[in-house]
Amino acid sequence: MAKLANFTPTILKNLFSKPATTTYPFEPFKYPEGTRGHIENDIDNCIFCGMCTRNCPTRCLTIDKATHTWTINRFDCLACEYCTVVCPKKCLHTVEGYQEPMPEKSTVTYTMSEEAIAAEAEKKRIAAEKAKAAKEAAAKKKAEEEAKAAAEAAAAEAAPEAPAAE
Amino acid sequence: MAETTAKRSIVPYGPQHPVLPEPIHLDLVLEDEKIVDVLPNVGFIHRGLEKLVQKKDFNEMMYVIERVCGICSFVHGMGYCATIEKVFDVEIPDRAKFLRTMWSEMSRIHSHMLWLGLLADAFGFESLFYQVWRSREQILNMVELHTGSRLISSVNKVGGVLKDVDDDKLKILSKTIDQIEEDMLRVQKVFFEDYSVQSRLKGIGILTPEQAHALGAVGPFARASGIPLDLRMRGDNAMPYIDFEPITSNDCDCYARCYVRFMEVLQSIDIIRQCIAKMPADHTLVTPVKGNPQGEAFVRLEQPRGEVVYYAKANGTKFLDRFRVRTPTFANLIPLCETIKGENFADLGLLVLSIDPCISCTER
Ligand code: SF4
Ligand code: SF4
Repeated sequence: MAKLANFTPTILKNLFSKPATTTYPFEPFKYPEGTRGHIENDIDNCIFCGMCTRNCPTRCLTIDKATHTWTINRFDCLACEYCTVVCPKKCLHTVEGYQEPMPEKSTVTYTMSEEAIAAEAEKKRIAAEKAKAAKEAAAKKKAEEEAKAAAEAAAAEAAPEAPAAE
Repeated sequence: MAETTAKRSIVPYGPQHPVLPEPIHLDLVLEDEKIVDVLPNVGFIHRGLEKLVQKKDFNEMMYVIERVCGICSFVHGMGYCATIEKVFDVEIPDRAKFLRTMWSEMSRIHSHMLWLGLLADAFGFESLFYQVWRSREQILNMVELHTGSRLISSVNKVGGVLKDVDDDKLKILSKTIDQIEEDMLRVQKVFFEDYSVQSRLKGIGILTPEQAHALGAVGPFARASGIPLDLRMRGDNAMPYIDFEPITSNDCDCYARCYVRFMEVLQSIDIIRQCIAKMPADHTLVTPVKGNPQGEAFVRLEQPRGEVVYYAKANGTKFLDRFRVRTPTFANLIPLCETIKGENFADLGLLVLSIDPCISCTER
């Protein structure tokens, strides 16, 4: 008998305990914290450097610097998080919720907001101005140095000539 | 007299068959109900993953190698990274070592539980099958909590691991493994003592230690034949700091394989407990590697299914020349054919299952 009734305690326990399954979708599923659902881009911080597109193992990302867009094909994405590791601005992250089924593979495009584009253009302008100023200053300094060098050379040339004239 | 009456027939079996867990094809030579010879045939799901190494750089390749197998995914990723680390000759931080050991033991638990469930299904004990898988669900939830994904965890990196675990998560894990241990101890008697289980497993598929040694069996399959071959004894990752003795059995049959895998679940729970207790406080996770790998390396590791061998040859560019995986199922196929010979046709499904076959690993 001992050989037969081994499973009975488990059966009894299961009979009087809560079911192990849930009634999804009536009872929503609770994801653990940090679960990898899908990738989101905090696009206003993106600098369109292309690190993510070059390193993504499935090449499911594309960027367009001119139109300030970042596009992801979520059906090709593995949610491997490698793009979030390589992104220098750390603007990519995974959030919960998986890609919903669709009749065909589609892409999602993130576009940089107008303000962010304007702010970026402003930053670029300031940087360009600074660069220009720095370049001018450098050119001026160089010209001054050249003039000085030329004067010194002339002086040096004049000096040895003097004894020869004697 | 038997010679004159028995008529031989050849039965093609698989790759698609209701009792087969994986697409393997066997040509069986039958004498009445008895299998007298068997010829295995694989190659139905070859994906050419090793060739991809010439197209994906060595960092991206980690994500490809992880997909060699869904169940041992973590160990494949870890093995790949360990091989490239050996080429670079870098040592990973201590915490990364402990995390790798802990996560690989978690994957061993869920792999063995999957197998125990499938075994219960194969000998027709459906409720035991669901009972084991119910416990398995808890460990999968823990893998998701720690790594963000249930099976393919993508947390390895050449030089270390990508994710850290805080103390809360470790506490939740230790509570969950206590629960799993309790559940498993409750069903332990069923696996080891139940009449119907014993009548299906005892004395079936004998592989003697000599055969296991000569034919190169690995993993739990070899340990069930009394060979104490466990690569964890070599002290990879955090294993030098952990008390560990390989589990063996001298019965050499399907029952012994069930015993070894069941006890290994409990042993892995113990290893995880030790890892949690000894987890280093320093939170450094990655030793940075610079440049591209140059040279070659071999790495041997213990997967849930047995010994796996990785080989990498790098040429100083970001693409490797060659990457090779020798998976445990590949090593176990020939000893499997030896165990099948002389058995009943009706036990075939159980016998193929007893090596825990992973054909997609074998073919890559
Ligand atoms: S790596 Fe980051 S900053 Fe660079 S393009 Fe991708 S999302 Fe933008
Ligand atoms: S998660 Fe992986 S697959 Fe998805 S976009 Fe990022 S790098 Fe590509």
